[in-house]
Amino acid sequence: MNAITRQLTGLRDWVDDRFPLMALWNDHMARYYAPKNFNFWYYFGVFSLVAFVIQILTGIWLVMNYKPDADLAFASVEYIMRDVSWGWLIRYMHSTGASAFFIVVYLHMLRGMMYGSYKQPRELIWILGMLLYLCLMAEAFMGYLLPWGQMSYWGAQVIISLFGAIPVIGGTLTEWIRGDYVVSDITLNRFFSLHVVALPFAIAGLVLLHIIALHEVGSNNPDGVEIKKKKDANGVPLDGIPFHPYYSVKDFAGIIVFLMLFSAVMFFAPEMGGYFLEYNNFVPANPMQTPLHIAPVWYFTPYYSILRANTVNFFWIDAKLWGVIFMGLGVMAFFFLPWLDRSPVKSIRYRGPLYKTALWIFVVAFLILGYLGVKPVSEGRTLVAQICTVIYFLFFLLMPIYTKLDKTKPVPDRVTM
Amino acid sequence: MRTLFIAILMCCVSAAASAAEGHGGPQMLRANVDLSNRESLQRGARLFVNYCVSCHSANYMRYNRVAADLGIPEDVVKANMMFATDKIGEPMRIAMKPADAEAWFGVVPPDLSVIARSRGPDWLVSFLNGFYLDPHKPTGVNNVYFPNTAMPHVLWEMQGLNRAVFETEEQSGTEVQVFQRFEQERPGLLDEASYMKATRDLVNFLTYVGEPAKLVRYTLGVKVLVFLFVLWIVAYALKREYWKDVH
Repeated sequence: MNAITRQLTGLRDWVDDRFPLMALWNDHMARYYAPKNFNFWYYFGVFSLVAFVIQILTGIWLVMNYKPDADLAFASVEYIMRDVSWGWLIRYMHSTGASAFFIVVYLHMLRGMMYGSYKQPRELIWILGMLLYLCLMAEAFMGYLLPWGQMSYWGAQVIISLFGAIPVIGGTLTEWIRGDYVVSDITLNRFFSLHVVALPFAIAGLVLLHIIALHEVGSNNPDGVEIKKKKDANGVPLDGIPFHPYYSVKDFAGIIVFLMLFSAVMFFAPEMGGYFLEYNNFVPANPMQTPLHIAPVWYFTPYYSILRANTVNFFWIDAKLWGVIFMGLGVMAFFFLPWLDRSPVKSIRYRGPLYKTALWIFVVAFLILGYLGVKPVSEGRTLVAQICTVIYFLFFLLMPIYTKLDKTKPVPDRVTM
Repeated sequence: MRTLFIAILMCCVSAAASAAEGHGGPQMLRANVDLSNRESLQRGARLFVNYCVSCHSANYMRYNRVAADLGIPEDVVKANMMFATDKIGEPMRIAMKPADAEAWFGVVPPDLSVIARSRGPDWLVSFLNGFYLDPHKPTGVNNVYFPNTAMPHVLWEMQGLNRAVFETEEQSGTEVQVFQRFEQERPGLLDEASYMKATRDLVNFLTYVGEPAKLVRYTLGVKVLVFLFVLWIVAYALKREYWKDVH
């Protein structure tokens, strides 16, 4: 051992006597045993974390030059794009990062649904993840107001006015959210505060809880086999490998591929054909002029479609309120998956044709709803949206039945590679 | 699993493709933007300051940035492109007050800093080529791409003046006027091809003004991707090495 190593070891031991440094390292990295059969789908968790870090870092630098003021906000974004050194790059990282965050989170959720990652004993991980998803939606929605373009302004106006559909308290509630009778400078300021302080804290805390809960019960895997059931003499799962170095090096290579795709979009198509940065958002917000076509950013469009698909007044409740109710239920439905799913197996590999069919029909319906949400309404589109909305909810409502009826295959004792 | 994944990808691609479809109205002209063509950008800048900046500002675009990015010496910019009272580090502001503008045109002419990003280059080139004589309008002209625009045909000396030929067609029960073609009423200083080229230069410049970073974005992107690819080769080799003993 040379002098430098000896000194560093000494420092480590000094800290370790006062802080559980090695215990944390071992519990979460060096002796956290992850199943050895993770596939492609298991990258999206760490990609979500990377996206979060990108958003936090670029956000810190954006706030240094952004002005949360209705008269200055739009111009300050252009100032960042032109006069701040590398400002354009930081801003594009943040705007591309928002969409990338949702892409990887949606795929991460789909992974959970494919391999039954929400099932016992991982219900709490799933619920924490869903809370993260809710915070992420709020974070994205409030962040989108900040550039103060036409779509920022009118998107916020439309979404906030949805709360007005709630009987009795609706009007007061929307005023309370906006702090004004219309979306205004006051709204911009409070959204800035929530976007930059409150929600990032909430997300960071929930990420920590999500990972602690995961490391407590251990990761699921594409076979849905509990690796802790088969351990060697030292108590190490036979199908487990230490997260570090095996998955740290594997994730590192994966993250680089993610960053390549991310960079390809950021450098060559940051607007992504108007889906990541809407063209109309390059027009400064004008409270006196409503755009003809108001579309939310793509990651909200499935729910926007569900909202618009409700066109009938029903049981003395008007269509708009039904839309809001179903939109809310559409998001909340995911929370109940651990209890709706009655299948004895976790992974789609050993499930029967019923669940496989149901899941893929659901995914297609979700994508179609997303697509319809960016288009202006027409009779035909509304009909398709209504059909897809029904499919969306049937997937959840009928789950206890079809997962129970489904013919499952026998699950192996050990994972397969 | 893999086929399904590909099927989902295909759905996304076709959705994106159909989202790119144009809407009704006359066919848009192509702007053929080429930011690597510095002469075109310089000609566009000249047209911009001579014809546009009397009414339209570009409040986020500084003169010295244009000079540096387009390779125009600062004293040339000062002498030919700016009002004597402006300073080289200032953005392209206008002297006209919004209230006056509203009284004269009915609307305040929009700032053009990011117009190419909101409208798109093709729309801008079409608009600049879409003016026709219309005696019902206070400006004497109308536009097939932006009906009832408040903007006069500022470039009429260059283009000349056109009449538009419309034909009445029946579309789902109602009669609509459909634009057919232009007929020249009075020739301008430029022939048709030269005018098109001039407007494309102008739109090329506006595209640059919309996002000056575009001049460096692509080349930096290639460098970053090459770096990441090399890093990935090393990272993947490392992963292979570590995973040799996992079976």
